[in-house]
Amino acid sequence: MNKAKQTIKKLYQQPLADKIWRNFVIGVPYFWLLLFFLAPFAIVLKISFATPIVALPPFTPLLDLSANADHWLLATWDNYRFLTEDNLYWISYFKSIKIAAISTFICLLIGYPMAYGIARATATTRNILLMLVILPFWTSFLLRVYAWMGLLGKNGIVNSLLFNLGLINAPLQMLYTDIAVYLGIVYTYIPFMILPLYATLEKMDTSLHDAAADLGAKPWQTFIDVTLPLSKPGIIAGSLLVFIPAIGEYVIPALLGGIDSLMIGRTLYDEFFVNRDWPLAAAVATLLLVIVVIPIMLFQRSQQE
Amino acid sequence: MQKSSRLVFSALCFGFAFLYIPILVLIVFSFNQSAIASVWGGFSLRWYTALFNNQQIIDAALLSLKIAATSATFATILGTMAGLALTQMGRYSGRLVFTGIIAAPLVMPEVITGLSLLLMFVSLQELIGWPVSRGASTITIAHITFSMAYVAVIVQSRLSSMDQSLQEAAMDLGGRPAQVAFDITLPLIAPSMLSGWLLAFTLSLDDLVIASFTSGAGASTLPMVIFSKIKLGVTPDINALATLIIGSVSIGIVIASWIMFRHERRSGTA
Repeated sequence: MNKAKQTIKKLYQQPLADKIWRNFVIGVPYFWLLLFFLAPFAIVLKISFATPIVALPPFTPLLDLSANADHWLLATWDNYRFLTEDNLYWISYFKSIKIAAISTFICLLIGYPMAYGIARATATTRNILLMLVILPFWTSFLLRVYAWMGLLGKNGIVNSLLFNLGLINAPLQMLYTDIAVYLGIVYTYIPFMILPLYATLEKMDTSLHDAAADLGAKPWQTFIDVTLPLSKPGIIAGSLLVFIPAIGEYVIPALLGGIDSLMIGRTLYDEFFVNRDWPLAAAVATLLLVIVVIPIMLFQRSQQE
Repeated sequence: MQKSSRLVFSALCFGFAFLYIPILVLIVFSFNQSAIASVWGGFSLRWYTALFNNQQIIDAALLSLKIAATSATFATILGTMAGLALTQMGRYSGRLVFTGIIAAPLVMPEVITGLSLLLMFVSLQELIGWPVSRGASTITIAHITFSMAYVAVIVQSRLSSMDQSLQEAAMDLGGRPAQVAFDITLPLIAPSMLSGWLLAFTLSLDDLVIASFTSGAGASTLPMVIFSKIKLGVTPDINALATLIIGSVSIGIVIASWIMFRHERRSGTA
């Protein structure tokens, strides 16, 4: 043990060891991400040009290098042509963007006053409220979506409550509708909206508000002209944190949405697991990536500021 | 002024009711004697007994815990290295790409990450014969990849808000970079590494989509088993399981934040 320690100490003292250490710390996580995060996208792109076959793996190679091959290049646009010709895919892309955008806006409407209230609370209350926001984030996402199934179902709590109050005669269809999907997305993603908003609102200099009030601004004027513009970074970060993952959401539409609730994440999942058409799933993923890549770059820029 | 603070107060009440009522209803109904979701048939622990006799769920839970512990540990090591590489290493070629890909897994839709990793594993298998089969090991690799990004972001924000004078002093006194990292930097960021590990652990325990893509025929994690059961509707034994999971995580988080809160107050940094 002692000897090992001495050897390590010796190594420390050499500039070469410094170089090795530096390359090790940078290189290992870098290599990992290149191999398991970046390179896979290239493979998705490659397979999106292949033809599905019944085999293992279920797609053709792109190059046929055997001597008697007429066409050595087997890449095809067929998957993309199919995606543009079938209305189903257009509908699911636009529906995903619409549902994600509206849910993001609802999260902002509910999350902003909450973040504002938390930021203005006294130190002890603030810590407790923050913990209450973070707590659901740590508990199972799947089970929190599941909780809504019990509430919204035909024999669920909400229906039986409304029925017992005499407000309805027959159970309302709430589960397996788009409204349930909106509820599920807002419910599970709202902590991602509140936390960045809180971070900017908490840092804000309150003397600006006093100054605006002294100069005769009404509270709502102060809010529109001072608070809202200053909290823009939080609004942008929070909105992107909700919008980007919500576009590709699979679990929420699969559990809460109807059979016709076509979101692109669900379409991709079914194309892969139900139809076993890997090349088409890869083409859907490529187009989804094209949609989210700009918001992701915006998010990274907002992170670096 | 009075009116606006009342508005904020009611927004807070509404928001927290929205966040907590579904969970509370779920917990209450896990103790329901009746099998019908909305009818209260008296207090009972029968669903908990049913749960502990369900070998499939117990096996899946053990597998999930194993994958979560392994992937969280590797993710913490790799994520901490990435955090160091982004803040302490100055300039190097490819740094821009590195910053670009480190935060991307945080927001990348799960279906894309899952599908791309699976196709990567299939291609690797064709090319070099590894991984031989898909299962716990490929799920672990997938979980390391996305949760190391979370660890890296936590560690990075701690490192960039930290006073660097201790490290500089140690370097001035002749400490080598690796020595300074192990003796000074790592002990200072240990709390962030711990919260990173816990976050990676819970993310792994919770993941359905990426695990479904990267798993093989044999391995079913707990979320995969839960999902296949609840796809068909509400089942009371899953309510019991949810209560156990949510309860233990909540108690853990409350204790952890209480300790951190006290620690902060004592050291006077709050």
